Amino acid sequence: MHTVMIRRPPPPRTAIRPGAVARVGRMRPMRVALMVTCVNDAMFPGTGAAVVRLLRRLGVEVDFPEAQTCCGQPMVNTGYLDEAVPAVRSFVDAFAGYDAVVTPSGSCAGSVRHQHGLVARRSGDRALERAVGETSPRTYELSEFLVDVLGVTDVGAYFPHTVTYHPTCHSLRMLRVGDRPRRLLEAVRGLRLVDLPHAEECCGFGGTFAMKNAETSVAMGSDKARHVRGTGAEVLVAGDNSCLMHVGGLLSRGRSGVRVMHLAEVLASTEEGR
Amino acid sequence: MSATFVGMPPFPEAARGALADTQLRHNLAHATATIREKRARVVAEVDEWEELRLAGAAVKDRVLRDLDEQLVRLEESLVARGATVHWARDAAEANRVVVDVARRHGVDEVVKVKSMVTQEIGLNDALAAEGIAAWETDLAELIVQLGEDLPSHILVPAIHRNRAEIREIFRRRMGQVGRPAPDGLTDDPAVLAAAARQHLREKFLRARMAVSGANFAVADTGTLVVVESEGNGRMCLTLPEVLVSVVGIEKVVPTWAELDPLLRLLPRSSTGERMNPYTSTWSGVTPGDGPQEVHVVLLDNGRTRALADDIGRQALRCIRCSACLNVCPVYERVGGHAYGSVYPGPIGAILNPLLKGTGDPQTDSLPYASSLCGACFEACPVRIDIPEVLVHLRSKVVDAHRHDRVPKPEAVAMRSAAWAFGRQRRLRLAERFTGLGVGIGRRIGVARWTSARDLPVAPRESFRAWWRRTDGRLDEAP
Repeated sequence: MHTVMIRRPPPPRTAIRPGAVARVGRMRPMRVALMVTCVNDAMFPGTGAAVVRLLRRLGVEVDFPEAQTCCGQPMVNTGYLDEAVPAVRSFVDAFAGYDAVVTPSGSCAGSVRHQHGLVARRSGDRALERAVGETSPRTYELSEFLVDVLGVTDVGAYFPHTVTYHPTCHSLRMLRVGDRPRRLLEAVRGLRLVDLPHAEECCGFGGTFAMKNAETSVAMGSDKARHVRGTGAEVLVAGDNSCLMHVGGLLSRGRSGVRVMHLAEVLASTEEGR
Repeated sequence: MSATFVGMPPFPEAARGALADTQLRHNLAHATATIREKRARVVAEVDEWEELRLAGAAVKDRVLRDLDEQLVRLEESLVARGATVHWARDAAEANRVVVDVARRHGVDEVVKVKSMVTQEIGLNDALAAEGIAAWETDLAELIVQLGEDLPSHILVPAIHRNRAEIREIFRRRMGQVGRPAPDGLTDDPAVLAAAARQHLREKFLRARMAVSGANFAVADTGTLVVVESEGNGRMCLTLPEVLVSVVGIEKVVPTWAELDPLLRLLPRSSTGERMNPYTSTWSGVTPGDGPQEVHVVLLDNGRTRALADDIGRQALRCIRCSACLNVCPVYERVGGHAYGSVYPGPIGAILNPLLKGTGDPQTDSLPYASSLCGACFEACPVRIDIPEVLVHLRSKVVDAHRHDRVPKPEAVAMRSAAWAFGRQRRLRLAERFTGLGVGIGRRIGVARWTSARDLPVAPRESFRAWWRRTDGRLDEAP
């Protein structure tokens, strides 16, 4: 029976292939910048500091280009494309010339890689489109950077607590980080990792969805919090503080005795403390 | 008299009521979890599932590119096989065709095969207005019709009903429109199905006209295809003298060979079966066998508007499997009625605005009825990137309001954010004035957050302030 067969599209090109670090290092040290994210900048600076500490421990000195503001995702995802243009401009201005941009957020990395092109085209500015074409492919979510670019899963961390991990939707489905976060957590000394039931179900944050459809957002988050509590874990870990803020806010309101922590902060922990 | 979606409130308000309906929440959680599990099992059996999805999407995209040609070919083939073809621009024109055919034959009742498109155009109400009864024969549609209710799911429209409710509906209403429910009717599913079978039998045998939709329409041979589970379709398509099929123009498929990936994708994606029980195909009129007068109404009703949208047109690949509904965490908690349309869930959130355009507050609220988690895109057998289309439609809603005399508070907040994010100097300034909250969240209404969730404690300083102060030295935490 004749079947229409279509070749699977090629995988996306990455600016730096796994294992390329050594080669780059021989020519010159890799220039890495931290995109801290607007949410972390304003509300969770400890996560940004943790990324700096972690990468420094792994021999990577990150810059923090002060010109950065926001990736533009809140505007894009609410439908305000024109309003996202200044944010995208500040992004490409801040991060031009870096070999890699690391960000402790799956959703921001996803927005940079999958939405900056759209915003640039909307602006009609060809130079911006070209600049985006340079910076977007070099932007990595933290677990991608550690595993794919630095080639490590054991980052020398120590965190003697029971942890459960929530795979945030953009990291799971848009970036397809797969089991990278899990492998990183499993290598942490003292950490006991417990599986989260219904892990792949959205926590309900969804950006402005958390406000515009607050009740549905809370219904989804409550179920996520319930599953977290059911694991008996002490700490809920994820790669996105926005999701953690939402589920954490519900865990806190319910006086659950469970706290939330960003993946970067777990990986940055050592016996010497944080 | 039937219920109507007309006048339903925008999604956030409709969702509020649904979230509080504990019976609905329970039914939905159970039913969607069951279907999800079945689908996952049968999809896992197919090693080439991803290739199949790409093939299905390619077939549909090819048709959409040449839609005008394919529709003309379809018409030629249908006419050559003895069918009469009508072109309906909108619901009113389509309904008029069906009513006219019924009038000409002097019928006061028709039997119906489950058809989303006839619900879309409100056919049953249009016929009722002319004194013509339209009997739904699909079990779930029968339950919805007898219950004077609205469908809440594309595939299993009575998903919001449990057995006890169905038993009540049958007991109360069957006798009013035909053979009553048997005495001592229990709520055992097999017993309920048997009661429906008995009730419907006389209508199948009596009706002289049937109305159907079609899952696919093959242009090569003028063949319509109906994929079903119960056999009621088979009864409607073979017994009556007259058959009218209303078919959305996006349903055309060029050749039989191109049906292959679609027919393999549909059952596993919809009911979680390897194959559906009945696939019926017919090509025009077969003299002496089955309906001797066959009509096909090709319906636009906004499909060309969707086609003109180069990001949105992928929604027309939809084969109405409902996999997206079953994996959607929003749909699972609010059900179909909250979307205010016969097409609910993720596909409804994009199809309704694409077919109708922007401007209506209820329709405009639908693209926002999503956390953009992407589970729907993963499940869609024809790879409709629903999150991409949702974001695109959100921008259309926003653009439609750009020249409002009085901008919405949200628009003002977004513009201030754009200003603040344009230069880090401005951001530092904004941070100093609004404390350490990012402006947007505060503007939209912190109460919506804090009514159910605690807020994190504000840090002493922002990351960038810490970096400036310490130059990234880690001896002092931010």
